[in-house]
Amino acid sequence: MDPVQSAVALTVREALHTLSSSEDGGHLLSTLGALKRYLSGAENAALPGEQEEFARMHFSAVLRCLVGRLSPGWLELLPDGQLEDLWASFFLEGPADQAFLVLMESIEGAAGPSFRLMKMAQLLARFLSAGRMAAVMEGQCRQLTEPAFRLLQETLLTKVVGLPDHLGNRLQRENLEAFLPQNYFPLLGEEIMRVLQAVVDSLRGGWDCSVSFLSQVLGKACVHGRQKEILGVLVPRLTVLTQGSCLWRRVCWRLVECVPDRATEALLTGLVEAASGPDVLSRLLGNLVLKSKKAQFVMTRKILFLQYRYSTPMLQSLLGYLAMDSQRRPLLGQALKELLETWGSPSAIRHAPLPQQRYVSSALLICLAHLQDAELQDSRDELLASLMAGVKTRLDSSLPAVRRLGMIVAGVASARIHPDGPPLKFQYEEDELSRELLALAAPPPVADSPSKAEASLCGASSKGSFFVLQSPAAETPDRGSVDSGVPQAQPEGSGSDLDSDDELVPYDMSGDQELKSGKAPAYVRDCVEALTSSEDWERWEAALRALEGLIVRSPAAAREVSVELAKVLLHLEEKTSVVGFEGLRQRALVAVVVTDPAPVAEYLTSQFYALNFSLRQRIDILDVLTLAAQELSRPGRLPKAPQCGSPSPASQPSSTQAPAWRAVVQERIRSKTRRFSQRSPRRGPDAGPNEFNLVAGYFFFPLIRHFDRPLVTFDLLGEDQLVLGRLVHTLGALMYLAVNTTVAVAMGKALLEFVWTLRFHGDAYVRRGLLSAVSSVLLSVPAERLLADLPDELLEARPWLADVAEQDPDEDCRVLAVKALLLLEKLRDTLIPLSSP
Amino acid sequence: MAASPLPPPDPQFVLRGTQSAVHALHFFGGAQGQGRPLLLSGSLSGLVHIWSLQTRRAVATLDGHGGKCVTWLQTLPQGHLLLSQGRDLTLRLWDLAEGRNAIVDSVPVESMGFCRSSVLARGQERWILAMPGRGSDEVQILEMPSKTSVCTLKPEADAKPGMPMCLELWQADSSPRPLLLAGYEDGSVALWDVSERKVCSRVACHPEPVMGFDFDSQKARGVSGSAEKALAVWSLDEQQALQVCRTHKLTNPGIADVKIRPDRKILATAGWDHRVRVFHWWTMKPLAVLSFHSAIIHCVAFATDGLLAAGSGDQRISIWSLYPIRSDTSTPSLGHAEGREVGTQALA
Repeated sequence: MDPVQSAVALTVREALHTLSSSEDGGHLLSTLGALKRYLSGAENAALPGEQEEFARMHFSAVLRCLVGRLSPGWLELLPDGQLEDLWASFFLEGPADQAFLVLMESIEGAAGPSFRLMKMAQLLARFLSAGRMAAVMEGQCRQLTEPAFRLLQETLLTKVVGLPDHLGNRLQRENLEAFLPQNYFPLLGEEIMRVLQAVVDSLRGGWDCSVSFLSQVLGKACVHGRQKEILGVLVPRLTVLTQGSCLWRRVCWRLVECVPDRATEALLTGLVEAASGPDVLSRLLGNLVLKSKKAQFVMTRKILFLQYRYSTPMLQSLLGYLAMDSQRRPLLGQALKELLETWGSPSAIRHAPLPQQRYVSSALLICLAHLQDAELQDSRDELLASLMAGVKTRLDSSLPAVRRLGMIVAGVASARIHPDGPPLKFQYEEDELSRELLALAAPPPVADSPSKAEASLCGASSKGSFFVLQSPAAETPDRGSVDSGVPQAQPEGSGSDLDSDDELVPYDMSGDQELKSGKAPAYVRDCVEALTSSEDWERWEAALRALEGLIVRSPAAAREVSVELAKVLLHLEEKTSVVGFEGLRQRALVAVVVTDPAPVAEYLTSQFYALNFSLRQRIDILDVLTLAAQELSRPGRLPKAPQCGSPSPASQPSSTQAPAWRAVVQERIRSKTRRFSQRSPRRGPDAGPNEFNLVAGYFFFPLIRHFDRPLVTFDLLGEDQLVLGRLVHTLGALMYLAVNTTVAVAMGKALLEFVWTLRFHGDAYVRRGLLSAVSSVLLSVPAERLLADLPDELLEARPWLADVAEQDPDEDCRVLAVKALLLLEKLRDTLIPLSSP
Repeated sequence: MAASPLPPPDPQFVLRGTQSAVHALHFFGGAQGQGRPLLLSGSLSGLVHIWSLQTRRAVATLDGHGGKCVTWLQTLPQGHLLLSQGRDLTLRLWDLAEGRNAIVDSVPVESMGFCRSSVLARGQERWILAMPGRGSDEVQILEMPSKTSVCTLKPEADAKPGMPMCLELWQADSSPRPLLLAGYEDGSVALWDVSERKVCSRVACHPEPVMGFDFDSQKARGVSGSAEKALAVWSLDEQQALQVCRTHKLTNPGIADVKIRPDRKILATAGWDHRVRVFHWWTMKPLAVLSFHSAIIHCVAFATDGLLAAGSGDQRISIWSLYPIRSDTSTPSLGHAEGREVGTQALA
């Protein structure tokens, strides 16, 4: 045996013996002092060989022994906490990794809350605050690839990253502030920065170092979901440090590269989130996407296609990162192709939730903004084909939001992909979304100076000039469109020689509109005649404008020609551009239906399935029926009616007498009642029969009857799913309005059957209609009748609703299904007290 | 600049009681501190009402046109003479001095058209009168009060401008030769040199007949309205050639009358759309749309103090006070001077 080894072993054995048995404070002190000589940096230190031997072989044993002796009585063997200081110094000054492991081990080994546990936890907190964690990690960086240390490294890694969990489990309520994850991980980040600084320094000094342990720590912390805390510290510091130094940048790239594959995703998403822009990301990551398959998968597929929770700035940094280097640009082109395919794929449109579609659209536009025309030209045909297919599928969708996305993206993309041809132009109203998306399509701002400096530094100089060259040309049209939106408020002839113009302030002239000649017909029949045969457009327009009022004013006259009038209005075309034509026509039609519900509703419902109508007219029919039903079922409608029409003489006396009689009674009550509040008694709305009761069947059943019989011009179950969606919504609305009517039960039964046949329809709009129809059945049909007449249907509906509520891709569908389920629950609750007694 | 425009103005007051459509309006008096002017109105039923703007009541009614529409009213600077033209094919000369209302003289009008006549009187005893002549496209010039026909202005045979629709005699300050501006049925405005009996210049302003115009002799600029949807502004250069400067689009077609305020700041149009429109005269910037009437407005008139009157088919005369004339600026009179020497006390 080596004399040094044996000498140290002997000393240590004696010391351990003393420590474990002696109760004499002075003796303990001297023993500990003797041991302390072996720690590096102590006064009158032992020989380096001895120190190394002690650290390698005996340190852990000494520490464990020290931990074992720890008790209140033992610490008080010497006054003033001398013993405790000495005791702690072993942990704080000795080799950090062993000290850390022993500390963790003893904390985990403690049976329950005890003096020793608290002491150890406090010591660990001191250990952390003294920056010893950096020493732990630095130690690992210096030991280059020694296979024997693998296991130790693994253990250390688990302990370092899992520290908050272990401590939290152990200490429960008594946990210290320093061990809470929100405090610990930023600290860990700081320590990593210090280690990195040390690594960079030693690299400058020509010493080899490895950052793989740091990478593992970082990766593991990210896998634990602590990206925000740890990267929040690291990224800003690294952003600054990598700006000027290539060495730092290389260290940083190495750090990211060494992260194990399973942690790549967590780290990359965290980095993309924390980085303030594409150039920062580029400095931090280098060409990682090209070196690591996993990273490439995460960056070009996972973030873009499989997830959609990231913000637009993140997407911009990510895609900007891809665009910043000539080697990475092919990936961007590839991403654009795939994005465009996904954007236009019918199955994605049908099954992907709207936020994801919006996300993909944003990514698509950002890609387009980054790509040069030349790059687009290479794969123009391919791109154009998938764009056009996508536009078609999107415009076919019955969801307005999907169509809008289609229009916005197609407008921009077609202009970029096919700049020579006529761009696709759509009429859509501007809103938040469209402005946001169009702003994305504008090319990114000129690269700022640091990134240009970086470009020259790292040899990717091609793109700096590209940005500068491209930006002005592409920005001009955008600016032009902004300008044109601002009204030109230049007064005409402002260069006149009269300087006294200012005193003549114009009055408001908004009332200066075109004068309509007063040729409005005074009778409903005149209107019909004017609308059918008049070549005088002013008269035609006046008739249209007057019609609704005339119908309401003289219901009897309107009833005589009601069906004819409905026919005329249904076939009416907008021959001149009349402001508000659609509204006028619709209101007139509604008025006709309300005035004479049964025959007109019968006529309209029969026309709904007739051959020669446009989809627009069919949808109009549905809208009119819904509005008319709503008007008919509105409570308090009846008392208003006699005021509008000329009241019949017979009903006059009774209607005037009743209020007088009531007034007298009210007056008497008032005079004999003392009120404590000053509030005037409020009358509720007048009760009246639901007028819809008598005619609901005319509205409902003809509509539901023929939906599965396709015509040459009209195939509800085929491509006219938009009308089917409207039909389902209308039926649901009619059902809801038929509340408290006698036909409600029959209607509910028919509607549930109808819903059942269509329940797996592929179109989200139709499904929404079905779900709301179920809700309205549950609301309108009395509970006991539901149970008596429709038990099977309800039983069947329940699992379907539960299924939709969980799995439907459309958010509205899910919400509606949940609402229907709630109604079912409520129904059950009302029935249980009924049946139990 | 005001944040929001002023609300549209209301009439200062309204004169009712003509009991038929108002077709002619004319202010007289009111200058030189003689109190408020009087307003003359001619109606479809052939009556001329004299309104006091103080009491806002009719002070006198003149019946001299046999129940036929009165289309034109004008007072002369000397004496208290009123000219009224009616569709009974006569032009009456009334003496209004000291409360009288007697017909002094009458001149037969030989045209069935709606053309309003015009006078040129510059303080002399004699004055000249232009009125539509016997032939459908002729204008007759008479020397008054002798009623001698000076000449007949007949367009050249190939011109075919149609009937004259409105006339205005004036005289440039520099030369003693009387000039006549005439608006014709084909939409053109012509400048006649009366003494030479020839057209100096003619310009097509509108595709429709000229219904009314007014001319600012100081700026040598005029504005005309027609049955179409636009106003035309035209000017006269040194060579006495007319040219259209610009047109101004209106919301609704049809302008029955145009008047420039005596201070030449603003102008008003009488619209078939029941509205009076007020424009800045020099820039033609629209200033106000006055909607009060419920029928076609036939005539507008300005008083020397800036008051605006509009007479309409709804039998009402609305009086408006807009953009008051600043008293410190002296306002030189127009070529066709209002009869400001006629005192109001003569009628009171």
